[in-house]
Amino acid sequence: MRWMDEFAREELAKGLIDRIHRLAQRLGRPITIMEVCGTHTVALFRHGVRAALPKNLRMISGPGCPVCVTPNEEIDTAIEMALKPDVILVTFGDMVRVPGSRKSLADARIEGADIRVVYSPLEALDIARANPERQIVFLGVGFETTAPTIGATINQAASEELANFSVFSAHKLVPPAMRALVLSGEVGVDGFMLPGHVCTVIGARPFEFLADEFGIPGMVTGFQPLDLLQGIAMLLDQIANDRHRIEIEYTRIVSREGNRQAQAILEKVFTPGDASWRGFGLLPSSGLHLSPTYSQFDAKRRIEVKIPPPVEHRGCRCDAVIRGALEPEECRLFRKVCTPEYPIGPCMVSSEGTCAAHFKYGEAQHPHPIEPPLEVKP
Amino acid sequence: MCLAIPGKVIEIRGSRALLEFGGTRREVSIELMPDIGVGEYGIVHAGFVLERLNEEDAGEMLAALEKMEALDALDG
Repeated sequence: MRWMDEFAREELAKGLIDRIHRLAQRLGRPITIMEVCGTHTVALFRHGVRAALPKNLRMISGPGCPVCVTPNEEIDTAIEMALKPDVILVTFGDMVRVPGSRKSLADARIEGADIRVVYSPLEALDIARANPERQIVFLGVGFETTAPTIGATINQAASEELANFSVFSAHKLVPPAMRALVLSGEVGVDGFMLPGHVCTVIGARPFEFLADEFGIPGMVTGFQPLDLLQGIAMLLDQIANDRHRIEIEYTRIVSREGNRQAQAILEKVFTPGDASWRGFGLLPSSGLHLSPTYSQFDAKRRIEVKIPPPVEHRGCRCDAVIRGALEPEECRLFRKVCTPEYPIGPCMVSSEGTCAAHFKYGEAQHPHPIEPPLEVKP
Repeated sequence: MCLAIPGKVIEIRGSRALLEFGGTRREVSIELMPDIGVGEYGIVHAGFVLERLNEEDAGEMLAALEKMEALDALDG
């Protein structure tokens, strides 16, 4: 999509909305599209795209919020590491308020744990250099988009021979979770809106099994209003014409092959291994462990902790929300007990969690028309 | 968490580069996109350039981001 003026943008949006409505009408049955990425979930609400869609087209959120899919076991382990007096735990801001079995990192901080929030994992190296007498543990959470940045950071630590830096790798890989989701048959999906920035790194190819093995079309989509509309229109076009391919709407950044350099870092530093997901349990080859060459940077080897058996939050249905099997409004805690201020589950904590998005933008609670980008002037 | 924003490469310093993001400048790593050059645009995630993009597309993304910021201000 080209850089265009406001008027051209609005005309284009209007045209795409018309096209979406025409295709949905032609299909004449309920259609379900899953947006896999949490950033898409928020963008679809925020730009008013959901409100502009036809009644027979339902968008559901998938397992695309890294913080949300991190199981209590990993959060509890990170908290125990953080509570060790010689440890400084460094992580991204999203993780801090997520409740584990008994407490969150924020609670641990009140108990005296030294927990620091960074924008880039490279900042953790600065902290390590400035505190040679402390152990710096980076809690690495994220999908294929984020993992290469942490891989490159570990690589840098290795080249500097930084002895007091390690990573607790809680990274997850999106394609194995998608496979588990489709194989379960729990949720019927007509098409997938695929994560644009995950595909920036790994390319579109790793998602082709969705079309080839299961006959479900997919569209790698960008994050702006016109991207979202175009992605949905292109998906409906496939569904209406009984085609199933993995296509790329977000061509200005994403290719079939992805970023080879980033993939090379992933391969060098990490080895795929089993990982535990909230909502799915243990999935084979769905996580990234440190490869043997880098094992001295593995926090799980370096910092020994024992945690009591993890406990789930009573009544919380984040597991089903993550699989797209339940709408947040169908959870008994939603908005009554569980709010962004007093969150029970991670989907309400993370700004990209499905429950937080529904809480903030849910139609019933925000009757005022949302957002200029899509407002089509007469 | 998979948000990435576009910036313009102002200066390259080894494996790092100074990028401009709508008025503010920040040093980021170009280790994942080592052949990006001065004057080019890249999208940045967690302090790393993840991919390059052309000027028109970067302008389009920046315009949309500015709007989102304006919306956030409205949301309070």
